[in-house]
Amino acid sequence: MVRPALTGTRIRARRNLRGMRQAELAREVGVSASYLNLIEHNRRNIGPDLLGALAQALGVSVDALIEDGDSRLVEGARAAAERCNLDPAELERIDEFTGRFPGWAKVLAETQSRVERLERVVEQLNDRMTHDPYMGEALHEIISAVTSVQSTATILNDAQEIEPDWQARFHQNILQDSARLAEGAVALVNYLDAGKSEETGLAAPQEEVEAWLAQHDFHLPELEAETFDPARLVAGQVELSSEASRALALQWVTQFHADSRALPLARLLPALDRVGIAPEILADEFGIPFDQVLRRFALLPRDILVERGLPVPGLVICDNSGTILFRRGIDGFALPRFGGACPLWPLYQALQRPFVRLRMPLATAGRLGRRFVTYACAATRAELGFGMPSVLQATMLILPAENLTEEAERALLAVGASCRTCPQLDCAARREPSILMTAV
Amino acid sequence: MEKRVLVIEDEPNISEALRFILTREGWKVDVSANGKSMLGTLQADPPDLLILDLMLPDLSGFDILKFLRAGEGTRELPVLMLTAKGQSADRVEAERLGVTRFMTKPFANAEVIAAVREMTAP
Repeated sequence: MVRPALTGTRIRARRNLRGMRQAELAREVGVSASYLNLIEHNRRNIGPDLLGALAQALGVSVDALIEDGDSRLVEGARAAAERCNLDPAELERIDEFTGRFPGWAKVLAETQSRVERLERVVEQLNDRMTHDPYMGEALHEIISAVTSVQSTATILNDAQEIEPDWQARFHQNILQDSARLAEGAVALVNYLDAGKSEETGLAAPQEEVEAWLAQHDFHLPELEAETFDPARLVAGQVELSSEASRALALQWVTQFHADSRALPLARLLPALDRVGIAPEILADEFGIPFDQVLRRFALLPRDILVERGLPVPGLVICDNSGTILFRRGIDGFALPRFGGACPLWPLYQALQRPFVRLRMPLATAGRLGRRFVTYACAATRAELGFGMPSVLQATMLILPAENLTEEAERALLAVGASCRTCPQLDCAARREPSILMTAV
Repeated sequence: MEKRVLVIEDEPNISEALRFILTREGWKVDVSANGKSMLGTLQADPPDLLILDLMLPDLSGFDILKFLRAGEGTRELPVLMLTAKGQSADRVEAERLGVTRFMTKPFANAEVIAAVREMTAP
């Protein structure tokens, strides 16, 4: 059975074009004029035989009387009607409605389709909020800090008399929690900003690889073996859901295995016991590239470092476009999850002076700036040929620093994560306003 | 006799604020940052009221609630569960396990006091 929506209207239009009267056409196809009138007003379904006869009488093809858009229009309007629990008697007249008011029906169908698309987006976002552990944790942190600030501020505001001890403690708590709140908000903005880039299709595989490595605390025991099959290791990982993330993981795992072979644990551990995390010493001692030592430190088993009282480092790698290729986060040093980091990072300074080994102490910008020591170096990743540009890769190892010398304190470089979340407002390197501009 | 409330909450500043407002309400307040170490005490000498965070470092608030509802002396213990996760699934689960009152963070102090009064009214 053919839906009459618009088909009846088209029959009427074709008949008028041919200058036929309704009664004439009705007689020709063997129906009453009143029945044809109902058809032309889209109030009756049309059987295939009758439609064929009408098409023949009007000198057009059946297809010319039927349009694909009709059913979509009707279904769209029906979905909208069902969502609003429209009276069934009204719903029965949907064909008549779409036929008589095709423009309005189109508006309704498109609105319904838009609502459905938006609902899907909301569902995906909701799913992300529910199942994304990072976001869950970040929000939990923020809500906890807000709870504490709100509760404590209410006490300070409401209580008639508070002992000076309590008062001082509550002031201290508010200060702590507001700093925590600012940190949490910045981390969340960085995270959400990174989410936008998923549309490019670039960030998602990188995130998957990092999440997979993070799950293993950035150490895969297989990497310490003399020989192993990286492709096999990567193929079996359910967390690497796409071909792109498996390819990326394979690239990094192959690199990290080469790093571990260049500096195997048997040789590295005695050196660690002797000099600690001293990349400059170990690179010379073992005659291997500086950036290789930096990567090796960042992917060591945590217990090896903890047992020796050594910190677990962070690591960032970028190419010469500045795009971050790899991140291992470290507490207190925010890493934007996709490009756009602070141009003052030694990572980028290393790109300006390839092969020069840098050691730079720095502090994160803001009142509660944390101290770190960074080691950075850029090396060639690929040569495209004579007269062609080189592809560089810069690597930066980040270590927490507790007791800097006075000299180091004086030379301390204040850096942020990205301009967007950096509280250092008068920075000459700033490329866009900070979201903290109004808050600080 | 002074009524006793135990607050199991791993956020020290929240516990401190709760301690303050409840002390002013006349409660004797004990605070613990984790639930595991308090299971024995809860069973042996249950307080008059328990304020329990849902996300704790060792046992979750749900685990503790389940433990309490299975114990003879703690089956009826009034439990006010606090959570930063306002998801309805958590509320449903808490109710299924027998929570007395479920409150999402951030809460207003007055709201906590009103809930505590209501839950422990004779």
